[in-house]
Amino acid sequence: MQVVRVAGHSSFRRRLMELGLVPGTRVELVRVAPLGDPVELLVRGASLSIRKAEAGEIEVAQGSVSPAGKPVPKAVGFEPDLSV
Amino acid sequence: MASTTTDRDPTSTSTTSSHEAAPAQPLVLLVGNPNTGKTTLFNRLTGQNARIGNYPGVTVERRSGSSRLDGNRLVEVVDLPGTYSLSARSAEEQIALWAVLGQGQYRAPDLCVFVADASQLSRNLYLALQLAELGLPLIVALNMIDEAGENPPNTAAIEQLLGVPCVALSARRGSGISALLAAMERALVEKPTPRPLVSYPPELLADAEELSASLPAALRQPASRARALALWALTSIEEDDELTEIDPGLRAATLALRRASRRDLDHEVIAARYSFIDEHLPKLYRRLDRHPRKRALSERADRIVLHPLWGFGLFMLVMLVLFQSLFSWSDPAISLIEDAFAWLQGGLTTLLPAGIFRDFVTQGLVSGVGNVLVFLPQILLLFFFIGLLEDSGYMARVAYLMDRIMKSLGLHGRAFVPMLSGFACAVPAILATRTMERQRDRLLTMLVIPLMTCSARLPVYTLIIGALFPPTRAFGFLPVQGLLMVGMYLFATVLTLLSAGVLGRTVVKGRKVPLILELPPYRLPSLRGTLKMMWERATVFLKEAGTVILACTVALWVLLSFPRAPEPAAAPPAVAASHTGSAPASAPPSSIAQSYGGRLGHAIEPALKPLGFDWKIGVGLIGAFAAREVFVATLGLVYGIDAADDDATPLRDRLRAETRADGEAAYTPLMGLSLLIFFAISCQCMSTLAAVKRETKSYRWPAFMFAYMTGLAYLLSFTVFQVGRLLGF
Repeated sequence: MQVVRVAGHSSFRRRLMELGLVPGTRVELVRVAPLGDPVELLVRGASLSIRKAEAGEIEVAQGSVSPAGKPVPKAVGFEPDLSV
Repeated sequence: MASTTTDRDPTSTSTTSSHEAAPAQPLVLLVGNPNTGKTTLFNRLTGQNARIGNYPGVTVERRSGSSRLDGNRLVEVVDLPGTYSLSARSAEEQIALWAVLGQGQYRAPDLCVFVADASQLSRNLYLALQLAELGLPLIVALNMIDEAGENPPNTAAIEQLLGVPCVALSARRGSGISALLAAMERALVEKPTPRPLVSYPPELLADAEELSASLPAALRQPASRARALALWALTSIEEDDELTEIDPGLRAATLALRRASRRDLDHEVIAARYSFIDEHLPKLYRRLDRHPRKRALSERADRIVLHPLWGFGLFMLVMLVLFQSLFSWSDPAISLIEDAFAWLQGGLTTLLPAGIFRDFVTQGLVSGVGNVLVFLPQILLLFFFIGLLEDSGYMARVAYLMDRIMKSLGLHGRAFVPMLSGFACAVPAILATRTMERQRDRLLTMLVIPLMTCSARLPVYTLIIGALFPPTRAFGFLPVQGLLMVGMYLFATVLTLLSAGVLGRTVVKGRKVPLILELPPYRLPSLRGTLKMMWERATVFLKEAGTVILACTVALWVLLSFPRAPEPAAAPPAVAASHTGSAPASAPPSSIAQSYGGRLGHAIEPALKPLGFDWKIGVGLIGAFAAREVFVATLGLVYGIDAADDDATPLRDRLRAETRADGEAAYTPLMGLSLLIFFAISCQCMSTLAAVKRETKSYRWPAFMFAYMTGLAYLLSFTVFQVGRLLGF
């Protein structure tokens, strides 16, 4: 999956983008914590955990996306299906 | 490529260096992401002479030390707090930029060493690009090269890309350190300065240009740095940020520009940097592997460690061992310290001539030092575990597993270990809040920890429950006394959690910062780093909290011993050496009664009456401020019972027999319940307050803690006692 866009409150959004979650970056959902939160993502070789509420602000898409985030084939958020 | 040739230990030559860095020593800053082994590298570079101070205005620890370079030159090395970016929203995050620029109270560095994790280059380079834009003398320390696997980054390519020297090393194994020292030495002469590398969109550059005019004059040159600072302002300054020392003109101009702009400025800045990284990253490797083997192994381990069943089983086991060690294994060492101080007291009592001076030495000074040292076993043990947990990478997993629960209380997942430690003793637990990065998280955790049922409350509970509650069984099988003990633990735990929820929404509100938790790969913990941390924490505690505890012990001794009883045999009461409060020789009940403390007990009696307490309990409460368990010894003295803390039976019987003027029993089960509740909540521990004072660097927070806990204790005890009376108990 690739990042299409990051939404949410400006300071947290900036922090996520600074951690490398910019449009076009590959991101993998590794697992959900046993109690349901947080979720573990694999970004740029690093294992990053954030809470579901914030993960939902990261819009991702299957397949490739241009770095500008323009063509969005079938965008899916992290929210709908977290059964990994 | 810099290598792993024969390394010498840089510390061996620097042990003679003076502890106060002369201002003439060049300043070298270690800058880098969290979890890049900066502190390990710092320890390698500075050896035994590290000093822990504080950054101006914030409670973030500043670690500095000196290191001797090859040419026998001493440099001062400072380990900056780890950060993913220079952009900041809080005073804590601002330290990084202010320190590299030498703004405010910071001395301008002569060299920055950028510490990178060789297997996390993609993200690490983001910070490197920011440093490059500032045009500061820079070299790159490519750390953890041993973990990078068969395809390590190519240092020559990194040098070429950034235009500054790069040395590969492993701070844990100690390889590459001498090459780094040599590179530092050359860099201090040659001042290798990177150029800005990222090309930003023209409209963003125009904004930056416009904003640079609002920078303070000293920061406007050179132009490239002014542009970098303008970009920093655009991605940091906001209406509700918590930055300090920002020029008002710059703030106004930035906010105006952000408001006027319809564009996504954050995205423009950050995406431009990452597109540079994505473009050049492939050049830095020989092959583009997916991820190093280390990560794959960790991932496999995490399938068990973070498993809903096995993961929690392991978690409970680890926490059980940690708790058990604090609660029981520390006991022999604590007893040893107590015995040693009791022996010292006894020895001095026979050696010195009787009088105020002897009492001051034995009851004030010796027991004061004992009161401080008695915390060492638990502090050392707790930090031993924390060191292992942090180093191995498990602490981040603890936070990951517990975050769901801790979040609902407004606490950070990392607050779990300090909170759990609070069941043993609040003092080491408060010191352990260091493991959290944010000041708000630390403060909130610190404020609620003392509500947990620490082991010092046990002797008090045992006395009260044993004396005032019948050893009968409810419903024929439930022992009332045992039930009450369990009930007190449950009550305190629930209250702690509730308080965290309330305080987190009111007093320590702060900005809600979403969790970002990095799960580092598992590593073998380093004993060396752990021992060093134990040593550091212990010395900081002794130096800073210890002095406060000692002073309080002496003050309490004065309060409970003066004015002195006429008969010389009257021994002062116990402000005892600590956790068991060894009370000195027997005293007639009158001596403590007429002391200032005794008078204070009388004076506060009207306030305590509605709670069901008399002045004797009042004196006990005053004595208990030294440490809760001293309540038993002090109450013993009030009743003229010797060594009540060693065998509480006579005191227990005495409490049962105590009658009021009308012949009714003075102490009823209802009063007992009220007293239990008071002890559960009130902040009766000067050592806890001293620890909070040390960690928050203020008197405000310990004062607040004392007020809220004691106020709440009063309120609840009052309610229980009065409602109980109305109900006819």
